[in-house]
Amino acid sequence: MPEAVVVEASQLANLLAALQARKYRVIGPTVRDGAIIYDDLTTVSDLPVGWTDEQEAGEYRLRRRDDGAYFGYAVGPYAWKRFLHPSPFTLWRARRTPDGVIVELTDAEPSRFAFLGVRPCDLAAIGILDRVLRDGPYVDPSYRDRRDHVFIVTVQCANFSPSTCFCVSMGTGPRAENGFDLALTELLDPGSHRFLVEIGSERGAEILRELAHRPASASDWETATRLVHKTAARMGRQLEVRGLPEALLANLEHHRWDHVAARCLTCGNCTMVCPTCFCFSVEDRSDLTGSVIERVRTADVCFTTAFTYTAGKSLRQSARSRYRQWLTHKLATWVTQFGTFGCVGCGRCITWCPVGIDITEEAAAISGLTRKDERP
Amino acid sequence: MVKAAITTPAATNPFIPFPFVVMSRRRETRDTVTLRLRPLRNVRLLAQPGQFMMLSVIGVGEVPISVSGLPRRPGELEHTIRAVGSVTRHLVALRPGDYIGVRGPFGTSWPLQLAHGQDVLLIAGGLGFAPLRSALLSILRERWRYRQVIALYGARSPTDLLYRRDLSRWQQRPDLVLRMTVDHPDQYWRGQVGVVPNLIRQVAAFFEPANTIAMICGPEIMMRFTIRELQKHGVPDEHIFLSLERNMQCAIGLCGHCQLGPFFLCKDGPVLPYSRLAPFSDIREF
Ligand SMILES: Cc1cc2nc3c(=O)[nH]c(=O)nc-3n(C[C@H](O)[C@H](O)[C@H](O)COP(=O)(O)OP(=O)(O)OC[C@H]3O[C@@H](n4cnc5c(N)ncnc54)[C@H](O)[C@@H]3O)c2cc1C
Ligand code: SF4
Ligand code: SF4
Repeated sequence: MPEAVVVEASQLANLLAALQARKYRVIGPTVRDGAIIYDDLTTVSDLPVGWTDEQEAGEYRLRRRDDGAYFGYAVGPYAWKRFLHPSPFTLWRARRTPDGVIVELTDAEPSRFAFLGVRPCDLAAIGILDRVLRDGPYVDPSYRDRRDHVFIVTVQCANFSPSTCFCVSMGTGPRAENGFDLALTELLDPGSHRFLVEIGSERGAEILRELAHRPASASDWETATRLVHKTAARMGRQLEVRGLPEALLANLEHHRWDHVAARCLTCGNCTMVCPTCFCFSVEDRSDLTGSVIERVRTADVCFTTAFTYTAGKSLRQSARSRYRQWLTHKLATWVTQFGTFGCVGCGRCITWCPVGIDITEEAAAISGLTRKDERP
Repeated sequence: MVKAAITTPAATNPFIPFPFVVMSRRRETRDTVTLRLRPLRNVRLLAQPGQFMMLSVIGVGEVPISVSGLPRRPGELEHTIRAVGSVTRHLVALRPGDYIGVRGPFGTSWPLQLAHGQDVLLIAGGLGFAPLRSALLSILRERWRYRQVIALYGARSPTDLLYRRDLSRWQQRPDLVLRMTVDHPDQYWRGQVGVVPNLIRQVAAFFEPANTIAMICGPEIMMRFTIRELQKHGVPDEHIFLSLERNMQCAIGLCGHCQLGPFFLCKDGPVLPYSRLAPFSDIREF
């Protein structure tokens, strides 16, 4: 067990203040337009206090809780890539001057972010983006510069979405063991509201010194552990991942692709809410006079036909081929490319699919694999 | 068009192009030119045959273009470009003295080392000759390293043939077997008529399939039938190399567009042995 302490819930304001005092731009969950999204936090009251989310395939709804939980929800439509891998993003700017064209970088001082409320699955998703955008032979400097400074406060999953989360299958949750600066478990009993705080880094320990705290007792640990165990035990959705990449690639012409393509709207919602989808396009934009030009990167997804436009035509014209690219990339080819699945089991793509297509159901049908413990 | 010099920041950033100046422009066909480029500053972007660069027309965009020649002086680049859309139209219109941005080199190169001591078959269709020309020039420069060298080239019509000066020089060489074919001959055409794979049969006596390295670039359908023909002659899949193209926005494995199954064609390709592509080659729209 990592080093841990217990703080009263009222200390959350001090945590926020300590981060702000260190000039972090603190991003965390907040209620906006009927959903819990991630945005700038100024005070603790910006948090979704007393709210929870109810999620089903194709459904998302906020509901009042009968307690004052700060982190009493699962995940919303936003992912942290929004801040680490922003879109649109100006790669560089060029000015036409009498002395010629001058190209300048525009990202001199990227924000130093503190992320408050990173779920274990989303922490794993950041780890996957690290492999794609930072740790490969080629590095995306804008990602690296943001990522290397980010301060991460994880929240272990005492709350989750029973019918969409499947982090247990993906091995990413409901508890994060490392990769955070601090990790909170919200302990909410009648008459007592506190957090077990695990310390994951020296930076984390330093911040914690500014909060009133006491050492975690064995019973605090027991309560926290019981909560995440309960989450794992109640997780209804699962996916057999052993042998999955091979089984999917062996079934690239399975009739089920036609079946799912008949429902898929190719809207790309699933890729946009996915915490690991990283694709982008690049274009040059000029002002009206043409004297200032920006080369701009914008998020793009494999559900558009333009995505594969090559030599006069799109290489993936059918919905079937585009849905297949998404699913096989997440659950098969990503493993060859980056040594990890491109899926963390957050369930966002299931919730936010307008027609309720479920990646776990499709993958199981196409691969022919089912969870061992599912069989009668 | 950029008539004025380009200044770029000193900081290294993989998205920033280096300024180059157009040294010469040779018209190949109605819509295709070959440009020679020289770096404006003392940078050397040293590309191997088969690799490609990202060429920028600032304010219009950036596209992947193979190196089609060998540098006469270190750091120079040669590219053959066909005008097909917005960026390539601007590239083809460049004149000596104009400036452009260049990033690279990117991707894998033709397996020239592997071909040492082997028979070499270079098979080009249309603009696919551009990336193979740099390989052929490199092979001819060190001709003694290879056994038979055979170049097969197909174009739509005689007026679509690239590198005509080279072709007539190469036709004189006793140490190179060069065969050309066109789909639509004109009254002066004295070469073959028909598709490229047919040429393979005609040169079959010149190469030993088990000891042959084949390098192919051309339209997808041409490559498909060429592979089949080579297989029929007994050239092993590991010795058949293809150069593939797919939409590329970054060329450094970050934008996702050029994926073909497990491969990012910008970094795992564009040159790949058929043995690695075979599992996916019959999957439509993969
Ligand atoms: C590795 C590689 C090497 C290449 N080498 C050459 C070469 O030596 N000479 C040459 O003339 N052409 C080459 N091409 C093709 C060239 O990149 C396209 O013709 C060019 O991108 C078209 O851009 P456009 O803006 O003029 O056309 P548009 O039709 O306006 O295209 C719009 C966008 O689609 C994409 N696109 C369209 N066609 C292609 C294509 N064939 N390949 C990749 N992306 C495409 C580009 O992002 C382009 O900006 C190569 C392509 C690749 C991938
Ligand atoms: S699933 Fe599609 S959008 Fe997501 S990373 Fe893969 S190719 Fe890109
Ligand atoms: S699976 Fe659902 S969310 Fe994804 S593109 Fe199809 S309809 Fe949209």
